[in-house]
Parts: sequence; C-alpha cells; structure tokens
Amino acid sequence: MPLSDTSYSVVSARKLGLTFETGDGPVHALSDVDLEVRRGDFVSFIGPSGCGKTTFLRVIADLETATAGDITVNGMTPEDARKSRSYGYVFQAPALYPWRTIEKNIALPLEIMNYTAAERKERIERTLDLVNLAGFGKKYPWQLSGGMQQRASIARALAFDADLLLMDEPFGALDEIVRDHLNEQLLKLWARTQKTICFVTHSIPEAVYLSTKIVVMSPRPGRVTDVIESTLPKERPLEIRESPEFLAIAHRVREGLRAGHSYEE
Amino acid sequence: MHREKLFQHRILPVATIVLVIIAIWYAGAYFMNAPFQRDLDRRGNVTSTSLEFFEKTMAQPKPTLPAPHQVAQNVFENTFLRRVTSNRSLVYHAGVTLSSTVVGFTLGTLLGILIAVGIVHVRALERSLMPWIIASQMVPILAVAPMVIVVLGAINITGLLPKALISTYLSFFPVTVGMVKGLRSPELIQLDLMRTYNASGAQTFWKLRVPASIPFLFTSMKVAIAASVVGAIVGELPTGAVAGIGSKLLAGAYYSQTIDIWAALIAGSVLAALLVAIVALAGKVADRAMGSKPMGRPA
Repeated sequence: MPLSDTSYSVVSARKLGLTFETGDGPVHALSDVDLEVRRGDFVSFIGPSGCGKTTFLRVIADLETATAGDITVNGMTPEDARKSRSYGYVFQAPALYPWRTIEKNIALPLEIMNYTAAERKERIERTLDLVNLAGFGKKYPWQLSGGMQQRASIARALAFDADLLLMDEPFGALDEIVRDHLNEQLLKLWARTQKTICFVTHSIPEAVYLSTKIVVMSPRPGRVTDVIESTLPKERPLEIRESPEFLAIAHRVREGLRAGHSYEE
Repeated sequence: MHREKLFQHRILPVATIVLVIIAIWYAGAYFMNAPFQRDLDRRGNVTSTSLEFFEKTMAQPKPTLPAPHQVAQNVFENTFLRRVTSNRSLVYHAGVTLSSTVVGFTLGTLLGILIAVGIVHVRALERSLMPWIIASQMVPILAVAPMVIVVLGAINITGLLPKALISTYLSFFPVTVGMVKGLRSPELIQLDLMRTYNASGAQTFWKLRVPASIPFLFTSMKVAIAASVVGAIVGELPTGAVAGIGSKLLAGAYYSQTIDIWAALIAGSVLAALLVAIVALAGKVADRAMGSKPMGRPA
C-alpha cells in the first residue's frame, strides 16, 4: 500500500471550538481540539459525560456546527461531506423505523440515495451477512433483541458506500456479555471492510480493545487531554485484555481521565 | 381459557352496566309517566291496582319517557319490518344521514391533513392559523348550522352538500390536531438519521413523518367520524326536516312522538358506533400491515 494512502487524513481538526449559547450563559462544549484521523484508523473518544465526545462526532457529521477553528472531513467541510454522503452514523439507540422490516430499514438509505432495486437487494444481503443477521431481514425491529437491533443499525450504516463510520456509544445500552461479543464482531468487520471508524464510548476496556488510537477528553470546557497510539497488534482475541500491554494502555487512559477530571465537583 | 377471559373481562362488566341502566330507565319511566297517568285515571274515574297502574305507565302512546321495550319495539319495527325506501324506515333515514356523514368526514379528513401538513412545514401558518382553528370549534355548531344551510340555500346549493359541510366543519379539527402531533412525532434521532443521509424534505416527509403519523391519523379519525354523525344530524334539523335521523328527531319533537325520538336517537347512536368500529378496524388493519407488535403477545 502506498504511504500516501495510509496517511491520508479523513478527519482533520485544528483549534476546533463549539460554544452553545444557553439561558444560563455560554457552555463551552469543545475548545481547542486538534486531531487527525487517518484512513483506516479506529479512533475511540473516551471521557466523562459533558466532555464533548459526542458533540465532536456530531460536528464531524455536520449535525452540529463548530463556532471556532477549522475542521475538514475527507478534505471537505463537514457540510459538503454530509451532502456527498461520506459517512455512516450509528446512534446510541438503534433508531430503526418500527414500521419497516430489518431489510427495509437497511434499504432506507439506499432508497434515499437512489440505488436500483437489484443493487439494494444485493447490498441488504451483503450487510446482513456482515453483521451476522442473515435470515432476519423479514423480521420487524421489535422481534429482535437489543443487540441484534444495534447490529441492524450498523448494517444500515454500512449499506452505502461511505468509508467513514461514526459510532456514538452504540453498545452503551447493552449488557457486558453482548457488548464483548459485538466488540469482537466489530473488529472483524473493521478488518474486512477497511473502513475508518470514529467510536465514542465511556468504557475504558472497550476503547483499548477496539482502537488504534484513543482520544482522552475532559469536560468544562470539552478538550482533548491525551492521544494514545495503541501498540496492540491488529489481530485481537478477547483474551488480549488480560495482557500486560493492554493493561498498561488502560492504565494510561485511566490516568488521563483522572488528570482531566476533578471528582470534588 | 381465552373465551373465559373475554367473558369475564369484556362482556360481563358491560352487560352489568347495561342491566343497571335498563333498571334505572324503567324506574325513571314509571316516575316520569305516573303523574299523567294518575291525572288520566282521576278524570276517567278509573281505579286500578298498583300493578295495573305500573303497566299503564309503560304503555302510553306518547309517554314523557318511553320505557325501553317501547323504544326497542319501535326500533325493531321501523328497521326490519318496513321497506328501506319507506319514509318510516329507520334504515332509510340512517342511510340519508350516513351519506352526508361520509362525504363530510372524507372532506374533513382531507382538509385536516392538508392543514396539518401546512402547519408542520410553515412556521407562519402555525402562528396565524392555529388560533383560528381552535376558535372555530368554540362557535356553537347549532348556531352555525342554520346559517350555512340558509346561505348555501340562497345560492341554490341544497341537499347533501350543505349538511356534509357541517360534518366537515366538525371533523377537520380532530384530524388537524392529531396529524400535527403525528407528523411531529418522529424522534430527534430519527430526524438526525435522515439528515446524515442528506435526505430531501420530501423524502423525510414520505419516509418518516407520514408513516409515523398513521396511528395518530386513525385515532383522530375515530373522533372525527363520531363528530361527523353529529354534524350531519344537526345539519338535517334546519333543512325543513325532509329526511335523515335529524329530521326524524325534529318531526318526533314536533308531534310529541317521544317513542319516535328515542328510536331515532338509538338509530343515530348505532350508526355512529358502527362507523367508529369500522374506522377502528381499518386502524387495526393498517397497524398490522405496518408490523406493529400484536397486543398481548410477548415479544
């Protein structure tokens, strides 16, 4: 692979800031955020609530607009990136439309983007396979468990040709065992699809297990306190979480979180 | 087991209340009709036992309050024993009311949806239109109906349409309110999803807002169809009482045919109940077609 390809910057933020004007005065959701996400990275954003990790993801997605600094997504403004459908977004909740079957839910972005019926069918099958939901296409969301619903929503984000996947605490509402399983699957999926993933979480093991790069954030104002390049190999069985290397990274993340957070508040 | 539950939880409570109402009705009929009967007996120098007296209060030709069986008999005779084209047939009159109800309801539903779509998409419409829509429902319909009939009659619009318009007037309101709520029911996260796809306004409308509003539509249509029946009946009152449940009510009042009034009332109620049931059934079918979870069955 040529060097230029791997070092290609998917998300690039410089001195990024976002201030919400509220009735109680301005709230600094993000301040002075500098960050590079390269193609093929798996970047986790971790921090306590109010640290702006979700806000940052939403700025990338053009669901919020930064009030200071610069940001480019695929070399464009976030708005242009959104308009050229450069990313798939996975929300905290599956946000499946209850009146559509699973395959119809996956078809939703494809219908909006004017894919042909044959192409839709092929992509639905492929993405259902990718998230291990083959055979569940005709079910309605309520007939699936929470974990399966979230996998369906990931399939929906993968159905169209966006090589950036933005995930906002997608497994936050699921229990530990399901979460472990989905993390493992997500890594395999990432390896197979070669996507760039930005992943918001508040779980340290999840962040360390999944990421090539961990961005530690702290609140008031929301800012980046540490960026950790993971030294773990790309191949990661669940047992890697017992290894000293893993624990060392987790320790550094925890230190970063502690440094940025005062518990007296 | 399922059948037992249906009996215990649905049929038994309703039947109990029906029995209580009938008992109260009979008691009421006795006390309402007794003074007239006593008067009659005194003038005719008739003495009767309590039982005979009671029976007479239940069999007056023009009672103050007809007994349930008198009304039931009248309803039965005028529903099943007359040709449906006969002027005395309740089916005929119900049919007349039904036709203007359905026309008015259809127009009202369409108008209601149209206004709701406007309100949801144009902020200015919400501020300018909503107060008027609410105010429109504060005007007593009994005052509006004759004016509509008379004004339209003056420009030679008579018959079904003026009556239907009164139904429209009553039925568009619940549909507007319900559909505004329904079209706004998608959660922020569902709207955000559409935004991430760079979906157009029309796509968001047809693929998200419209399907999300369907349950709200059927709920408000149930209210609207009942209101439409009322509108049609009120609309029939000032037309000179030619035909329809409303005219039956008016003619009954005019000639003191109290039993006829009550029979017409029953016919009107049955008509409304049937229409509401049909809308409810259509709502269930739509619900099922949209994959909603069947009630009472675990996921």
